[in-house]
Amino acid sequence: MSATLRPYLNAVRATLTAALCVQNFDSQVVERHNKPEVEVRSSKELLLNPVVISRNEKERVLIEGSVNSVRVSIAIKQADEIEKLLCHKFMRFMMMRAEHFTVMRRKPVEGYDISFLITNFNTEQMYKHKLVDFVISFMEEIDKEISDMKLTLNARARICAEEFLKKF
Amino acid sequence: MRLEMSNGTHNIAEVHSFGIEPITCHSFNKNRSEVAFSLNSNDVIICKNNNGHWSTTATLAAHDLRVTGIDWAPISNRIVTCGADRNAYVWEHKNGVWTKSLVLLRINRAATCVQWSPKENKFAVGCGAKLVAICYFDEENDWWLSKHIKKPIRSSVTSVDWHPNNFLLAAGSTDFSSRVFSAFVKEVDDKPTPSSWGDKFTFGNLLAEFSRPGGWLHSVRFSPSGEKLAWVSHDSSISVVDSKRDVSQAVTLKTPFLPFMSCVWLKETHILTAGHDCCPMLYSFDQTGKLIFVSRIEQVQERKTGGFNALKKFKDLDTRAATESVDIFLETTHQNTITQLSLTSANKNDTTVCSTGMDGQMVLWTVQSR
Repeated sequence: MSATLRPYLNAVRATLTAALCVQNFDSQVVERHNKPEVEVRSSKELLLNPVVISRNEKERVLIEGSVNSVRVSIAIKQADEIEKLLCHKFMRFMMMRAEHFTVMRRKPVEGYDISFLITNFNTEQMYKHKLVDFVISFMEEIDKEISDMKLTLNARARICAEEFLKKF
Repeated sequence: MRLEMSNGTHNIAEVHSFGIEPITCHSFNKNRSEVAFSLNSNDVIICKNNNGHWSTTATLAAHDLRVTGIDWAPISNRIVTCGADRNAYVWEHKNGVWTKSLVLLRINRAATCVQWSPKENKFAVGCGAKLVAICYFDEENDWWLSKHIKKPIRSSVTSVDWHPNNFLLAAGSTDFSSRVFSAFVKEVDDKPTPSSWGDKFTFGNLLAEFSRPGGWLHSVRFSPSGEKLAWVSHDSSISVVDSKRDVSQAVTLKTPFLPFMSCVWLKETHILTAGHDCCPMLYSFDQTGKLIFVSRIEQVQERKTGGFNALKKFKDLDTRAATESVDIFLETTHQNTITQLSLTSANKNDTTVCSTGMDGQMVLWTVQSR
């Protein structure tokens, strides 16, 4: 693990642990409703200041907290056109199956590649520290995954090109 | 399930588990032989203690949304419950069955918390409609009526607590403020006596207000004498006001822990808090007006690792389909946020405190505070 990744992930972990102190909270605006305040944004006193943790220009995490929910948005490193394409396709693939991930949002927050919405109902069912672990390991794995895909793609492209150029 | 364990030098925990659903709220009867609680559902369950085992004796089903508050009046043996369906019910035990009567709360948002006054002739309901409803029994019409304290609450009320003199009420809310109101209802109350918080007792009069940019308040509590008021808020702080010393100045201690959800006074000088760190913490408020951290009530031991544990391996394989050994449990007894603390008994040297949390566990602690 590179020298900058460890402190970056530690900062995300600490912020997430603090932000995930959520409780069940019924809407004070709409009768008999109980909705994630970070999404409905009905009363500003129930929202926490959003925090951006960035490793560099491209890689950053936005953590928006509220009284009963937390929204975590991740911008993934995309160095070139291929990575951009791969990242886009891969995120789209996962977000189409968002319900299987329970905490994943179907659309990312603007400016980010993927978003998670963690509510008090998730923290009641699951261990809070494991939810944090999930987000952290997701961030660790996703970079690896995309660079792996890029390598395979390049290797395949090379073989294709070789086969094609054999004809001449 | 029941097990006893000794941890540290002086705190013994007795653990009871009621499943995996969170315990939203609980309340004991006078001699602590029965407990009423809600498992994050619309029903209130009443359990009786049979030699350390809690067995269900009754289920109070009336709310059609989640129950948010329960309080069991020790003297009159009545239970009041409130819920997210904007209703409150008073339950009386008659001929072996619990009969309910609806309270005319006149609120249009979820009720969040409820507490009987010390004389049990009225109770306070905090709610998301940015008000506190003070309810009392109207003999003439044979129903429970309510009066509202509206100003100057600007957000959901999360916690209420009665002063022992039966007239004053503290309310904490998500607008970062705690307030002390007069809840004197002339229909049911005798003439009020002056207190250290002020002497203007018209209904709804604001006697003190403590506001500070910080966090949502989770719990407010008067000390046993009613002279001090403590509260915990979401910025992990704990604050105390001593009305005998200075009624306008709060002493605040910022702590390095995760936010506390609940606090109780063990005696005039000691406060126990618990919350997202899953472990109760003891604080003292001494004569000089300083808040000091005393100790964690549960000393966490390092789990023994290393060595091959076949049973554990099979358990992991069976319940979580994990091929490697995974240690997912927290080191504390509670595995999720503690949401409520309540005193169950107190004598000269030690106090028994009950904590319930989002992990569905009820733990009884013996806390020694000299």
